[in-house]
Amino acid sequence: MIEDPYLGKYLTCVSARSTDKEILKKAQDGGIATTLMVYALEQGIIDGAIVAGKGDLPWKPRPFVAMSREDILKAQRAKYNISPQISWLKEATRSFGLDKVGITGVCCQMQAVRKAQLYPINMRDVPGKIAFTVGLFCMVNFPYDSIQALVEDHANQSLSSVKKMEFGKGKFFVHTERGNVTTVPLKETHKYEQPGCHVCLDYVSNLADISTGSVGSPDGWSTVFIRTKVGNEIWSKAVAEGLFETKPIEEVKPGLGLVMKLAKEKIDKNRKTLEERRNFGVNKALRDPYA
Amino acid sequence: MELLKKVEATKEAKPVANKIKLGHVHLSGCTGCLVSVADNYQGFLKILDDYADLVYGLTLTDVRHIPEMDVAIVEGSVCIQDRESVEDIKETRKKSRIVVALGSCASYGNITRFSRGGQHNQPQHESYLPIGDLIDVDVYIPGCPPSPELIRNVAVMAYLLLEGNEEQKALAGRYLKPLMDLAKRGTTGCFCDLMNDVINQGLCIGCGICAASCPVRAITHEFGKPQGDLNLCIKCGSCYGACPRSFFNSDVISEFEAISEIIAGALKEGEKDD
Ligand SMILES: Cc1cc2nc3c(=O)[nH]c(=O)nc-3n(C[C@H](O)[C@H](O)[C@H](O)COP(=O)(O)OP(=O)(O)OC[C@H]3O[C@@H](n4cnc5c(N)ncnc54)[C@H](O)[C@@H]3O)c2cc1C
Ligand code: SF4
Ligand code: SF4
Ligand code: SF4
Repeated sequence: MIEDPYLGKYLTCVSARSTDKEILKKAQDGGIATTLMVYALEQGIIDGAIVAGKGDLPWKPRPFVAMSREDILKAQRAKYNISPQISWLKEATRSFGLDKVGITGVCCQMQAVRKAQLYPINMRDVPGKIAFTVGLFCMVNFPYDSIQALVEDHANQSLSSVKKMEFGKGKFFVHTERGNVTTVPLKETHKYEQPGCHVCLDYVSNLADISTGSVGSPDGWSTVFIRTKVGNEIWSKAVAEGLFETKPIEEVKPGLGLVMKLAKEKIDKNRKTLEERRNFGVNKALRDPYA
Repeated sequence: MELLKKVEATKEAKPVANKIKLGHVHLSGCTGCLVSVADNYQGFLKILDDYADLVYGLTLTDVRHIPEMDVAIVEGSVCIQDRESVEDIKETRKKSRIVVALGSCASYGNITRFSRGGQHNQPQHESYLPIGDLIDVDVYIPGCPPSPELIRNVAVMAYLLLEGNEEQKALAGRYLKPLMDLAKRGTTGCFCDLMNDVINQGLCIGCGICAASCPVRAITHEFGKPQGDLNLCIKCGSCYGACPRSFFNSDVISEFEAISEIIAGALKEGEKDD
């Protein structure tokens, strides 16, 4: 077990890509999140999964409980605005009657789930039913209106024409269905960020069973951390069954170094924000949720 | 890893060394909390077998007066027109090392705050206060009803705190601290706490767990952020307790796998019939 102050605990880290053509076609990166949840469902490891599907407005995610491969596939691709995934946690075990719940979500959502497992406040029957979690790397998230402003005002595209959004290489990329690619420099996106993210102390979903993101791996591939016993068992079986192509993380570019650099940047910056909150007023502090 | 050693230590220690004395004090509540305690099934029996003697409990033990206890778990709020209840809670404080408010009525008043009296045969019984308004409380277990799993976790941790080895004591102390902090924080729980302490402070991340924890579905999410219907809110304080931005003791929560194993290990035999 490797324990890193920025990357959390993990057993292994690899670069990987799904071998499922249908999933890859619409995946954000290597299709890891979707492939793993579909596999877990088909193996009976989970009975259903909470994922971020399509909402009532273009690119506004709606959390829902997916009960089939088809449903899980509907949640493909990253929507860079808030999907209150965990609002379905108890409902999943109640209305949907799931005994084994799968969850995909960003770092803070993994924190919410693990807190619910150890401090299940009004979470009857939930802790033992969280069967498998896949966490996404996350630098920051946005309110929906921010994404609208970025895409429509800054990138000059209509949200409904967008095929994929992406953050990377210092830019925000907007790909349209017709093949147009517009970029917005990150310095223009910062002011639109969700304020709550500025105290977040996790970049790579330290608390998930398996966590994944694009950073560190080549385009179309994903960086994958295997973190827990549960995660390791599922990952090993899935790889043995040929669901993923994998490469040692040491052999790909840009590699783990970049993940580490970004994780450090995010966490150090946010620690500073927490520090600043302590002296926000005159001898008056704002709340520190980690204190 | 350090905690793995702890798991092993807990497993083999078969800690029957000293059972702690446990009491269930029932004030004005609906007995849902007691049902939650019992809903630990074999786990509850295991706790009673190996870790705790139940020395007081309505319907469960034949004891009329509140005895000396290590841990008193109190269900329900105090009707201040009912002298017996007022005396019971004071007595409980005097005779217990640790007082635990079990459930939202004991912690925050919860639904009993809405009482206006007028019930036969004591229509004048109309004012109900969470126990923290009358005595100092050590630990809160919010929830309406509190989840069996949280009760189980607190029970195991309280045991380790009182009877464990040094390492176990330290872990239990760290685990219980946020629930002790909740007890120090105050006796009102409401959606307003999320508003005041999380959303207004720019800390909300829209994770949604507040909505999941609300027993009356008073919380919806508008464009990702929680919106509370204050007419529905019963003031149970669950949403605030569940929110990762109310407290997040990273040192404990990030050990979720090992700690879950410790707790499962402590209750192992109890699980076989589940
Ligand atoms: C807000 C956000 C910020 C991110 N920031 C980074 C980053 O800084 N660096 C990095 O390497 N990767 C980041 N990612 C992760 C990356 O964009 C991909 O989501 C990840 O690599 C998974 O790709 P995939 O091909 O395996 O998943 P896919 O197969 O495409 O599946 C996507 C999964 O993501 C979930 N999802 C989509 N949108 C959301 C959302 N808003 N909230 C919660 N869950 C969602 C869906 O439920 C689905 O299961 C971010 C993702 C999000 C949502
Ligand atoms: S940056 Fe942190 S708080 Fe913000 S969405 Fe990502 S994981 Fe959540
Ligand atoms: S639980 Fe807390 S952080 Fe999550 S949505 Fe509710 S208020 Fe926001
Ligand atoms: S909003 Fe719901 S969970 Fe929060 S205090 Fe009110 S009733 Fe309880």
